[in-house]
Amino acid sequence: MATDAPVMVRNAQAVDSSAVPALSVDRFRQVVTEEVAGGARLSALLVLAPPRVPRRLLAVIARPLVGNLGLLACDVGDSYPSLTPSCPAAHWFEREIAEQSGVRPEGHPWLKPIRFVAGGPADVGVMDFFRMEGEEIHEVAVGPVHAGVIEPGHFRFQCQGETVHHLEISLGYQHRGVERAMAGGATPRARHYMETLAGDTTVGHMTAYCRAMEALSDARPPARAEALRAIAAELERIANHLGDLGAMAGDVGFLPTMSYCGRIRGDALNLTALLCGNRFGRGMVVVGGVGYDVDAALEDEILVRLDGIEKDAAGAIELMFDTPSVLSRFEGTGIVPEELARRIGMVGLAARASGLPCDVRHEFPYGLYQFTQMPVCTWQSGDCFARAYVRWLEIRQSIVFIREHMRSLPGGPMRQEPRPSQGGRIVASLSEGWRGEICHVALTDADGRLAAYKVVDPSFHNWFGLACALRDQQISDFPLCNKSFNLSYCGHDL
Amino acid sequence: MFDILKTRIQQKHRTIRWPDGPAPDLPARFAGRPVVRSGACAAGCRICANACPVGAITAGGASGPGIDTGKCLFCRACESACPYGAICFGKEYRLAATRREDLVVGAGSPDPAGALCERAAKLFGRSLKLRQVSAGGCNACEADSNVLGTLAWDMGRFGIQFVASPRHADGLLITGPVTRNMHLALRKTYEAVPDPKVVIAVGACAIAGGPYADHPEQHNGAASVVPVDLYVPGCPPHPLTILDALLRFLGRV
Repeated sequence: MATDAPVMVRNAQAVDSSAVPALSVDRFRQVVTEEVAGGARLSALLVLAPPRVPRRLLAVIARPLVGNLGLLACDVGDSYPSLTPSCPAAHWFEREIAEQSGVRPEGHPWLKPIRFVAGGPADVGVMDFFRMEGEEIHEVAVGPVHAGVIEPGHFRFQCQGETVHHLEISLGYQHRGVERAMAGGATPRARHYMETLAGDTTVGHMTAYCRAMEALSDARPPARAEALRAIAAELERIANHLGDLGAMAGDVGFLPTMSYCGRIRGDALNLTALLCGNRFGRGMVVVGGVGYDVDAALEDEILVRLDGIEKDAAGAIELMFDTPSVLSRFEGTGIVPEELARRIGMVGLAARASGLPCDVRHEFPYGLYQFTQMPVCTWQSGDCFARAYVRWLEIRQSIVFIREHMRSLPGGPMRQEPRPSQGGRIVASLSEGWRGEICHVALTDADGRLAAYKVVDPSFHNWFGLACALRDQQISDFPLCNKSFNLSYCGHDL
Repeated sequence: MFDILKTRIQQKHRTIRWPDGPAPDLPARFAGRPVVRSGACAAGCRICANACPVGAITAGGASGPGIDTGKCLFCRACESACPYGAICFGKEYRLAATRREDLVVGAGSPDPAGALCERAAKLFGRSLKLRQVSAGGCNACEADSNVLGTLAWDMGRFGIQFVASPRHADGLLITGPVTRNMHLALRKTYEAVPDPKVVIAVGACAIAGGPYADHPEQHNGAASVVPVDLYVPGCPPHPLTILDALLRFLGRV
């Protein structure tokens, strides 16, 4: 049986690479398809870096009902029968595989590049976009340089009048070679690569990275560090959610909430800066623990300021939700139905707004979340209202969480000296960033150096969800829909 | 309507008083401009230079090390590694300079470096419209530039504003190391800005490639593609650093 079923591990539990079974290609496809149809998520699907021959396909399946992760592999040649027709959640992963490794998933319905890496067949943004034909059909192309202060990406709308029939999203403009640079041994820049995967999710990504490294070296961060990491992660969630609510208000022209939330978000970022000196949490989470400790005076200061943030945020945000003109723009706009969200593998905040109760903190708890109950905030309508309202629910939960745990920090050290990684091991580490599930997969070679490092930002799962949300919408609602997801370009492009 | 007015009163007036009043408080653990102490280093010591992940430090002799704040990620690795206390990161937020070489901080470097651009002050001193181009950044520099438009910082007070099109702009504010995939778009955006124009590079990536320096996927900063008039160091720079940079550039403070 050992070669017939995935090896089951806990979140961030390292195992010998040899323990991951190499199934036949058919059995691999069958297991992945059945698990995902049965309620599991495809957290990662990748081809291990060449020059290994034959090349090995590796899947990480997150099984929320039992709280463990399944790792399985199969050896493939230049091509294999695509998973996407039977498991749509694999579609973006398989496009990545084809682009990165040249292994071709035969039968994939739209095998196009996702990042336009150097040496590929096409220049960035040059690809065979889906086109509609007809007298009243017109195409709108937006980006990579946008009107706002945001990252670059290219959007192609197929429109009939004001109505969008299809949106195709072409990314890769932020590709800067992070995964390639991570593999091949210890680099002093590793921490900085991980902190800047998505600069607004520094704590989320660093938590996944550090837990992976600690697992590979059989280390366990001190309890105090776990608590401070969770507090920093919730501060990050509060700040980003506040900013997004303000930006959504701005996109429907409701300027009071836009103005207030823009400022209150800064107050939340400044709390993170009180912890570690940096508004984005740089240097807070480090391998082995945390980079900065808090004393009683700092605890007081953060909690007092948090009270102010809660009061100001409640005033600004409830005003928005009480305003009929805002609700009429939010409600029914950009709907992603629950079944669609499940099928295309959406995660995190956007999935919860479509009614899927997925949250790594709850399903695969890590660190402090193992010892505390984090309520999962969901809403059923899948529209812009849901994505706004779930944010507000989560802000309040995070404030409650910080208040409770800031006053009861475990004693002891804040950091343990990092140890060298063990050789020949593999680990999959999940954390819940403010956008959703973050998955890092690390493999070491026989000497304990990183042989491969894979990052899956929640945006990787959700960009296609945004494309689906735009169907049959007014093109003028695109900014609102886009902001309601607020996905990361750099986290996707890596 | 009544609720909107009530909330408006509750939210109070929140725009910072700087530069007419005091600058906003920076957090105690803030890493600002590094301060270098001369005469502290042991002969031949390279500990700080070796600790730096991006090669920003030239180990010095008697005069102490030189830190290129254009490359620096402000991670404090050198400060913690140095056994002699030759480097410490202070709270000075004025980091910007108009000349690239002025970003190198050593013992006795002018504090702060000059950031005034006579040409920009004359042309755009009372109104500067900028198009922001993100070219491979992690979105932190973008976020802390964007925040200057919020009511807390309100750079509109000084006639500075981000605009939606390069055709409406007096210049570019560039973030990110300029990825291979953004090279053409940046070039075209620059060409679309009418002359005379200025270019401002914000953050370690846009100045020298940041953590991605020397990756083949990028170009080590904006200056490899377009001429840069103002450099704003940081990873990311604090909003106060960016606002100070813009105001000194225009001769407003």
